[in-house]
Amino acid sequence: MTEKELTPKVKEEVPAQAERVRPGRIFVPAVDIFETPEALVLVADMPGVGADKVNLDLKDNNLTISGEISPPLGEGETLVSREYYTGDYYREFHLGEMIDRNKIEASMNDGVLRLTLPKAEKAKPRKIEVKVG
Amino acid sequence: MPIIWREPNYDPFQELAQLQRRMERLFQTGFGLEPLSWRGVYPLVNISEDHDHVYVRAELPGVKPEELEITLKDNSLSLRGERKIPAEEKNVNFHRRERESGFFRRVLVLPAPVDPAKVEAACKDGILTLKLAKPEEVKPRRIKVKAK
Repeated sequence: MTEKELTPKVKEEVPAQAERVRPGRIFVPAVDIFETPEALVLVADMPGVGADKVNLDLKDNNLTISGEISPPLGEGETLVSREYYTGDYYREFHLGEMIDRNKIEASMNDGVLRLTLPKAEKAKPRKIEVKVG
Repeated sequence: MPIIWREPNYDPFQELAQLQRRMERLFQTGFGLEPLSWRGVYPLVNISEDHDHVYVRAELPGVKPEELEITLKDNSLSLRGERKIPAEEKNVNFHRRERESGFFRRVLVLPAPVDPAKVEAACKDGILTLKLAKPEEVKPRRIKVKAK
């Protein structure tokens, strides 16, 4: 398949907004977004976030995804060397499409969130036939 | 006559060379704000320890444990694998593509010797954790102070 060698990326931090209650850093998760005729699908990398710690919010046309990580170190452990920072994830999207809120599906596997946002009936593409006259 | 204070064996060029090395290090470390990570090799790892174990952790979202090959020889640990992003159906249009797929291999030297027979590897929520046992001789020992 792919012969590409992966290179490490420094996680992008979310620009500071209002101060949070929970201390720590917040990162922008890397996402893939694609569209099928029926739905908009969003896939986000959020390593360290369990399925029960994901928060999704769709208000008007603003979709917010956030995730809280479980403690990066076990009890009694001390860090010897650090190459990456750990922290929660947060990202906001403005959706241009009409979404059918009742049919949104989300799953979390191995730190990857997959969100399927089905399009509302009226937003689905309709084939327009051109009449030969 | 001007008075020039001199140290014995003072070499101004050596001082310049030292300054240059320090400046280079400063640029490499990003002025101390961020670690050296962008010069590293995928996957980035954090190493921690407690009394009995050394822990090596790496963020590998979407990588299945069976796609990983971990080997340990003396105290050099090798991580190999491939991050696959399953292909979607044919008729999709991508708006954003930020996640990357590809293979990786990394060899890292552990800060302390470990017992090769006692290694545990686990993947949870896209984080690989390797738990390596320290051999008896490197464990810190409590020294009791005798009261006279």
